[in-house]
Amino acid sequence: MPEFEHLWSPIRLTLELATITTIVLLCVCTPIAWWLARSRARWKEAVATVVALPLVLPPTVLGFYLLLLLGPNGLGGPVGGLFGLRTLAFTFEGLVIGSVIYSMPFVVQPIRNAFEAMGDRPLEVASTLRASDWDAFWSVAVPLARPGFLTGAVLGFAHTVGEFGVVLMIGGNIPGETKVLSIAIYDYVETLQWTQAHILAGAMLVFSFAVILTVMLIDKRLGRVGK
Amino acid sequence: MKADRNAVEAQFKGTLGAFAIDVAFAAPGHGVTALFGPSGCGKTTVLRCMAGLTRLSGRLKIDGEVWQDDRVDGSGGTFLKTHERRLGYVFQEASLFPHLSVRDNLLYGERRAKSAEGGVSISFDDTVSMLGIAHLLDRAPLALSGGERQRVAIGRALLSRPRVLLMDEPLAALDRLTKEEILPYIEALRENVSVPIFYVSHDLGEIERLADTLVLMDRGRVRAVGPLAEIEADPNLPLLRAPEAAVTLDARVVGVDRQYGLTSLAISGGTLIVPGRERDVGAHCRVRISASDVAFVRAPVAETSILNCLPVRVVSVAAPNGDDAQINLVVALGEDGGGAHIVARVTRKSRDALGLEPGVSIYVQIKSVALLT
Repeated sequence: MPEFEHLWSPIRLTLELATITTIVLLCVCTPIAWWLARSRARWKEAVATVVALPLVLPPTVLGFYLLLLLGPNGLGGPVGGLFGLRTLAFTFEGLVIGSVIYSMPFVVQPIRNAFEAMGDRPLEVASTLRASDWDAFWSVAVPLARPGFLTGAVLGFAHTVGEFGVVLMIGGNIPGETKVLSIAIYDYVETLQWTQAHILAGAMLVFSFAVILTVMLIDKRLGRVGK
Repeated sequence: MKADRNAVEAQFKGTLGAFAIDVAFAAPGHGVTALFGPSGCGKTTVLRCMAGLTRLSGRLKIDGEVWQDDRVDGSGGTFLKTHERRLGYVFQEASLFPHLSVRDNLLYGERRAKSAEGGVSISFDDTVSMLGIAHLLDRAPLALSGGERQRVAIGRALLSRPRVLLMDEPLAALDRLTKEEILPYIEALRENVSVPIFYVSHDLGEIERLADTLVLMDRGRVRAVGPLAEIEADPNLPLLRAPEAAVTLDARVVGVDRQYGLTSLAISGGTLIVPGRERDVGAHCRVRISASDVAFVRAPVAETSILNCLPVRVVSVAAPNGDDAQINLVVALGEDGGGAHIVARVTRKSRDALGLEPGVSIYVQIKSVALLT
């Protein structure tokens, strides 16, 4: 059933992209958020600003620079070469990199806030109980910052699912490779295929609602257990 | 360790913001050493330096183990990180981990302490029963009262097998009733756990009940270090000049008069009689004699309602403070003046009438004696 495949492919691709991006985001953003929350360096706010830039830049501006970065004449050439690619632009890998940068502020900020809200005391207590810094980070800081991680993961995931401009700039529109949901919907509308657009848009609406509601309920439940 | 009066040596110097600290003291390796002084005198900072939570330059030796030793010339030296120091720390707010149950809070330090390390070795069950927290183990910290939380925090610190226990105003955040509820547990700690305790407080009542040794601090410096009663009875120190001047003495129950409900207590240089019959002969306790409860008589009075009349020798008479009507005296118990020092406050008129001068032998009547523990 080719029609179904047409609809399913962008959904699957979007979920894959959002999942991988969220995982990468958590790995990358946690140390950044920790540093921003704990460091006393004067220039840390400059770093925070760079991280926050995607909030205000038009996606096309970000996409433009990413395109240059990921292209064969940018980092994309040599780095892509490691994976046997000529460029990272118009590839799934490129989309992941773009999405990570685009969604970073949405993940860094809640995690940083959670680390900051925790204050120094729990870590001081842990250190008086023989926990090394690394130990205390995992046994105290991460569990206490759990709501921040959850919020960051949901926002990162949702934001990646809803991404359009950056994908359009750096991803092109390659079915099965870079043609994600938002682009597919755009395509269907452009070509007046309203039914397909309806199905995808409606499914996305329901899905987004379900994800966010689930996470909120989980968070509430976990929050109560912790108290 | 027990016999060593200088088992703990500390010396810190530096500035935090605009506040300068320059302290040095030695303390015994047992009992409660109180860091006492007005708010903002730097006592909490000293405790944090001992824990390695705040870093000032200096030296710290705990029972032969060097935790910090900054060379004067700045070359190398030693500075153990907090988690490498075998200490227990009780913060003013209990600071239990909210994501762990009471049991897991208690076990957090125990799991990380290596049993071969020495230090306090008290079992989980003993700790829990000593602090009366057995019924709380499966609760979450946020479901506990302030007093319960602080008891769990004390247990958690003990179970990490510390060689020194640091307590930073553990009762300051609690209301009066809760304080009274917790003090006996800290007293039990002093009796049952052979680990030196450093106790920061600005509450003289807590100090009188708990401290063996006092480190008197003022504006970032140490004014005096010594046994509590000595500091209380030192005419050059502010405690004697305070309105509530008193001495705290260790006592032992030597007799109980069941008929009248009176207990006889032996103190250095004499015997005191106090109301009460709850204690057994041989038990140790602590009494407080307030300067304003001590009166002088030339000879023992036969017929008086005051039970305690003891021979003393005057040690010192403070110079009057301006034209104050009252002056402070320090006297030593015993006809030869060989016993404990207590303090007294009399009017200048009485001093002249009785000829109270250093070296004079006379009697004191003690109107009331407070039994602290």
